[in-house]
Formats: sequence, structure tokens, C-alpha cells
Amino acid sequence: MATEPLRALLAQAFPDAGELDVLDRTGTGDHFQVTVASARFDGLPLVEQHRLVYEALATPLADGTIHELRIKTRGPG
Amino acid sequence: MSELNESIKQVIEGEDVALFMKGTPQMVMCGNSLRALEALRRVGAPVTTVDVLPDPAIRQELSAVSGWPTIPQVFVRGELIGGADIVEELEQSGELERTLAARLGPGYRESRDEKTLSVV
Repeated sequence: MATEPLRALLAQAFPDAGELDVLDRTGTGDHFQVTVASARFDGLPLVEQHRLVYEALATPLADGTIHELRIKTRGPG
Repeated sequence: MSELNESIKQVIEGEDVALFMKGTPQMVMCGNSLRALEALRRVGAPVTTVDVLPDPAIRQELSAVSGWPTIPQVFVRGELIGGADIVEELEQSGELERTLAARLGPGYRESRDEKTLSVV
């Protein structure tokens, strides 16, 4: 999978995102690093922040399109 | 409730620090499992590992119990801390050490012994 459909899913889930980056770590379209900065993460522990990212990418995670996902989340500031 | 589901919950709730990983500490089969294991070792956590590879059903049941889709998964006294990225981030900020000291007591390093359990 290209990075663009993943970026679109994240943009939909985090419309306010100040930073939204999807990187194909291995060039093979299945190992991704995503970085999201959003106010939705404010006050949430990391485990809940990552859950929101997993929810946004639930479909490609469930169907095996994403083999590996690294996540970096932060607040909007 | 299945026997597998029951044994997974027993590990999560019964172990101080549980790491569900691909492989064993002696033969780690995935880079992310290794990252989580090493971060836990750096803070001297008494880690109990469970290999999810022997049966795909382990991973399915585990994710159903935790609501977390990927491996590894780290629990402290029954609570999901997160996967490799979170454990590394918390270790680097010093928060992992604080969490372990708060939940397990300040002397948690003394009981530092790595063990491996099987759920199948």
C-alpha cells in the first residue's frame, strides 16, 4: 500500500492535525512509521493516544495491509 | 470462555510485568519485540514473557482481551502499558521506571528475574 491512503485515513480521523506524516520505512509498502500531532491527544496517556491511531487505521491493520506500524503521537503545541 | 482466553488473562493479571512477544528472550523473532524487551531490561523490570508464535490463536485471543491490534504488548499488574514505541518512549522519559516503582514498589529491581510462560 502507498502512504497516501493511510495519510487520508489519518487526516479524516485527525482533521486538526498540525503534523501528519506517513513514512514507508522499508520501501515495501507494509512497514510504516506514522507521526500525528493533534489536540485529540491532549491529556490522554500514550496507550490511549496510540489506540486512536489504531482505530483510524483499523481496516488496513485488520486485512494485513499494514504488517508493522510505528507510531509517534504528540499534542498540537 | 476458552481455556486459552483464561490462561492469557491469568498471565496479564497474575504477573508483575508481562510481555507478549514474538519468540523468546533467547530467540527473539521480531525487532519490535526486541525493542520492548530491551527497554524493560534497561529499567530492571522483572519480565515474564509469553511467546505468541506457537499458535495464531494466542494473538487473536490476546488482541480480543486487550483491544490492542499489534505485538508486542506490555502489561504491568494487569494494565496495558502499550507496545514497543510506547515502552521505549516511557523508558526514555523516565516514566517507565516511575510507573514500575509506583506499582510494584521501589525495590522492584531486586526481584529482577526473567521468566517465560506458555499459554498453550
